[in-house]
Amino acid sequence: MAFSDVTRNLPDDRLDRVPDFGRAPMGSATEAHLAHIWESAPGWRGWLSTVDHKAIGLRYLVTAFIFLLMGGIEALIMRVQLALPDQTLLTPEQYNQLFTMHGVTMIFLYALPILSGFSNYLWPLLLGSRDMAFPRLNALSYWVFLFAGIFMYASFPIGQAPNAGWFNYVPFSGPIYNTGPNIDVFALGMVLLGISTTVGSVNFVVTLFRMRAPGMTINRVPILVWGTLTASVANLLAIPAVSLAFFLLWLDRQIGTHFFDVANGGKPLLWQHLFWIFGHPWVYAIVLPAMGIVSDALPTFCRRPLVGYAAMALATMATMLVGFEVWIHHMFATGLPTVALSIFGAASMVISIPSSVAVFSWIATIWLGRPVFKTPFLFFAGFVILFVIGGLSGVMTAAVSLDWQLNETYFIVAHLHYVLLGINVFPVVGGIYYWFPKFTGRMMNEKMGKWSFWVMFIGFNVGFFPMHIAGLLGMPRRIYTYSSRMGWDTVNMITSIGSFVFAVGLLIFLVNIAISLKRGAWAGANPWDAATLEWSVPSPPPAYNFAVIPIIASRHPLWEDRLDEDNGRSSLTEGYLLTKGRETIGTSPIDARPVTIFKMPEDSYTPFFVGLFVSLLFVGLLLHWWNFAGAMAAAGSIALIIWMWPQKALVQRVFSTARTNGEPHG
Amino acid sequence: MADLSPFDQPLPVGSDGKLSGGWWGVLALIVTEGSLFGYLLFAYFYLAAQTEQQWPPTGLPDLLLPGINTAILLLSSVCVWTSERCIRKKQTRWAITAMALAIVLGACFIGMQLNEWDKKTYGMTSDLYGSLYFTITGFHLCHVMIGVVILLLLLVWISLGYFDDRRYAAVAIGGVYWHFVDVVWLFVFTSLYIFPYL
Repeated sequence: MAFSDVTRNLPDDRLDRVPDFGRAPMGSATEAHLAHIWESAPGWRGWLSTVDHKAIGLRYLVTAFIFLLMGGIEALIMRVQLALPDQTLLTPEQYNQLFTMHGVTMIFLYALPILSGFSNYLWPLLLGSRDMAFPRLNALSYWVFLFAGIFMYASFPIGQAPNAGWFNYVPFSGPIYNTGPNIDVFALGMVLLGISTTVGSVNFVVTLFRMRAPGMTINRVPILVWGTLTASVANLLAIPAVSLAFFLLWLDRQIGTHFFDVANGGKPLLWQHLFWIFGHPWVYAIVLPAMGIVSDALPTFCRRPLVGYAAMALATMATMLVGFEVWIHHMFATGLPTVALSIFGAASMVISIPSSVAVFSWIATIWLGRPVFKTPFLFFAGFVILFVIGGLSGVMTAAVSLDWQLNETYFIVAHLHYVLLGINVFPVVGGIYYWFPKFTGRMMNEKMGKWSFWVMFIGFNVGFFPMHIAGLLGMPRRIYTYSSRMGWDTVNMITSIGSFVFAVGLLIFLVNIAISLKRGAWAGANPWDAATLEWSVPSPPPAYNFAVIPIIASRHPLWEDRLDEDNGRSSLTEGYLLTKGRETIGTSPIDARPVTIFKMPEDSYTPFFVGLFVSLLFVGLLLHWWNFAGAMAAAGSIALIIWMWPQKALVQRVFSTARTNGEPHG
Repeated sequence: MADLSPFDQPLPVGSDGKLSGGWWGVLALIVTEGSLFGYLLFAYFYLAAQTEQQWPPTGLPDLLLPGINTAILLLSSVCVWTSERCIRKKQTRWAITAMALAIVLGACFIGMQLNEWDKKTYGMTSDLYGSLYFTITGFHLCHVMIGVVILLLLLVWISLGYFDDRRYAAVAIGGVYWHFVDVVWLFVFTSLYIFPYL
């Protein structure tokens, strides 16, 4: 075989070698060897120790979707309560806990984790790599996310769930007005979840800059990668603000500090600043990757490349850049100086420019293409409509004077649901329809798919559009009931009906998944005839992703023959073999030249144990078991030291044989 | 045009210094940790700008011992830098000495900082300034302690002969983290000790 070791003559090929170049077709000895190297052990051992980005990505998707269903059920209970005036299904306190957990679940435990699921699964496949930059960190990120989710729900069954809304304003969430464990669970849970998000973001950033296939220059990466990269960089800068805010609040509540304590010079507005400095970039972090899903998948169904690739990539980053300058638009009604309101109001309106660039890119792609009306296309086209409606109500509330009228009314609730469901849930469901064949090897049922779209789309608009009107009629958000004399009866009834119709649509989607998993038609490698790299490998992809690391010559490696853009042709069947253990190629950040051969770690239990000990540390803090917390910190540190210990297998340290070769040390 | 000819130069295998994934990872960690301290100092200045109490409540801070402590911390950074240089020049024995010295200096900083805490007449819960002072310096002290543990591990690994001029990524990664912890102290020191004089 071509890969037989041509580098054996070099002095020490364990430290330097020329990567072997060749082919490894399915069924060849090389391919079988690769599968043997990369596959996880069967049974619970492999399940607990796997670092395969595909397994982790699917876990993220399934876990986040379960949280979506939990948050959805909470919403439906609230809609039953609000369907008619003067209902008594829920007490005010139960209602507080439900809307808080609904927001916490949807925004923190569903919206970003589901996108991390897509990106974890897809990034290495999109980029032509065999895994993420830090596979073990990836596993840690998932475990901590799971434990943080369980942690935040721990006090729910005993009726002590977080109850101050997802943005948790002091002084209501402070020690004087909120004496139970409710807020402490939320505060510590958010710090724990922040760890997961942060390590995940580090992984995405480093993966983008180091793990692309040779030739995939920075202007050839798919838009989903741009979206997740932008979101991850923003997370690195923004997550510390919210983690700190929640930690300071916990100190105020449990240790007796005075950061938000008005009586002793603390400032409640400090909470709002820290929260929204995080909160607004976060809003873009949970939509930009979803917009990336559409930008990558919509062209497949328009049978042409995305119109305005560079504009879209720049718009993605511009949105986030401006997104760091708009947090005060959540605080227009707090009595800040007019000049601050004007600047932040203007910046908020400026966001509509990059957003419009994106919208016109998608419209032009549909306009200039030959649309194929499959289910994913419907979801993506529906998303564009919802994006425009949600964006328009956003520009309206960016106007300070109008915001003073609309703030804390259902108009805001309508806006944020159009944005979050429209720009997150619709692309996510469309994305699952699109990549389900890649995940499982089977197609989803097209007829049920169309039904699920139309029921969801109609239910969504019937449910959420009337909320605009409820807000204009003056209905405040977060009230547990209302009197029929307020004139809000009809809009609320329509909203409740719409929300149940939407739920039925989602149910059809779930039934479709269950049926298609068992009986869906076999998909083959590229059922949609798509352009990007993930469709060049079998469905589902083998453990090693790419038998040879491909060499990329364009943005559309699988459409080069028909587009004939004169860029040369990508080499997908012939490439770098890298078969001496788990290996992949490391490239330079901008122009993707091969610069190093990465040794990738074997499966490992350490991420699970580090995640477990860190989570138990937070349990100790919550319960004031200080000794237990200390013991868990020590156990977590030991697990981390084992993890970090330099390994010969990863060539993190020198080989002892090199010593006997006449290279003494010290 | 993509150049599709196979690469014929040897490429380094595994964790090679600044080509390693870990180096890039620690830089990303520094960005996010730097933001954390940025928000801590934001909270400090935000509250200081609006406070009606005397700032700091016990009068201007004494600069002598904290100044010496700052110098100690910076000196330890120089030692870590020297240690890394020595490894890359294959002078492992000097690398061990420099790293050990860095650890001693780091421990000195911790001791003097705890002594500084001990001398304060206010506590974490006595007033707003105390809450800020102990939280911010506490965050930093935690980072120094973790940094010293990292330096201890590096010392063990260097002593075991793990690193030479070809493979030393762990030292570069741990070292840059220590430099970061030291640079952050300059910001904390300036904000908590110099700023009240302005």
